[in-house]
Amino acid sequence: MTLVLQSVEKSLENVKDPEIDSVSIIDLGMVEHVEVADHNAYVALLPTFMGCPALEIIEKNVREELLKVEGIQTVQVKFIYSPPWTSDRITEQGRERLKEFGIAPPPTQVETTGEWHVDCPYCGSTYTTMDNIFGPTACRSILYCKSCKNPFEAMKPVSTM
Amino acid sequence: MKTLEDVKANGHEEALRELLFQLADDDFIVAYRGSEWLGLAPHIEEDVAFSSISQDTMGHATMYYQLLEDLDAGIANDLAHGRMPEERRNAILLEEVNGPGHYLEEPRYDWAFAVVRHYFYTQAKKIRTDSLQQSSYEPLSHVAIKVNTELYYHLMHWKTWFKQLITIPGEAQERMLEAVSKVLEDMDGVLTLGPQAEQMAQAGLIEGEALLRKRWMNEIESMMDSCNIQVNLEPQMKRGDGRALTHTEDLNTAIETLSAVYRQDPAAIW
Repeated sequence: MTLVLQSVEKSLENVKDPEIDSVSIIDLGMVEHVEVADHNAYVALLPTFMGCPALEIIEKNVREELLKVEGIQTVQVKFIYSPPWTSDRITEQGRERLKEFGIAPPPTQVETTGEWHVDCPYCGSTYTTMDNIFGPTACRSILYCKSCKNPFEAMKPVSTM
Repeated sequence: MKTLEDVKANGHEEALRELLFQLADDDFIVAYRGSEWLGLAPHIEEDVAFSSISQDTMGHATMYYQLLEDLDAGIANDLAHGRMPEERRNAILLEEVNGPGHYLEEPRYDWAFAVVRHYFYTQAKKIRTDSLQQSSYEPLSHVAIKVNTELYYHLMHWKTWFKQLITIPGEAQERMLEAVSKVLEDMDGVLTLGPQAEQMAQAGLIEGEALLRKRWMNEIESMMDSCNIQVNLEPQMKRGDGRALTHTEDLNTAIETLSAVYRQDPAAIW
């Protein structure tokens, strides 16, 4: 791996989700492919939810961040649909950072009935209820913890099942 | 088929574009009608849910317009906002206003109609999208897989509302049954793939219209059975075929409103 490519990949960790500023697009598993050739960086990203207004901001931020890398003069960013983004692409680190932000990471276990459960990101209690499967952004749901009495958000599980 | 060249070489360009316009225009207009409910839904959770669903749906339309752009049919933004109502392929059912009144002045929108229209449409879209996952045009099959990950939540949402309202005897059930009859009068306009349906199936872009309609009927029948509701399930196309460019005044006013900002400065970056 060339040094420039390494720097490019490292820089992508600085591109955060505009709506969750502790989590990078690497943490979210949105970066599918990175290539460097002739001072051009090409990045293929997987959109999380298609109607998400953050996508354009992310595209712009990737471009700006990579133009800071020494040896990079042009940047191409493309959103691709295959493979589809699924919530199990979120890294271990991403899951931890989501919790720090007060958002429960997506459940890894979804029952065959489509039912799923998340624990409270604040106190860890399992005594939680779903208020609304849809939340303030396309990727989140709204829940309530009956133990610590806090409302909280959780990332929706997204799969191709 | 992976590229425009493959599609052209096989002679399927026209059928593919036609199908993509139907998919894009359906989602575009139904997302717009859905977003008109913002602030008016029965409770605040529904306001959040319905606007989130409409946002996803607009995202799906964006992907289909993007596929059209990749086929040299024009720029996605122009296709969405710049086309005249008489160029659009959406089903008439989806362009219909949410009810009497105006969004800003005394909206008398009908929630029963919204639930039935969105449930029936979302179920039809699910069946269509499942079929598109095997489309012979690879970029379309990829988009379909993506759409399906989000559609899962939409369908669950509308099924829940439908079941809960139609099984409560009294006003809820009466209004829901009325809405079912009304939606069925134009539902076939959603289920049809229009004048080029056969070419689409022959090209392997999507399965045959009759097969997809049958699957939709089966799903809705089993829902009705589980709710103990007897309905004569005969989808019709009373007001005409939107796929064949027949539309109502409701589409004119919708396009005029939703493209107002675009028309002020078509070159603006959003």
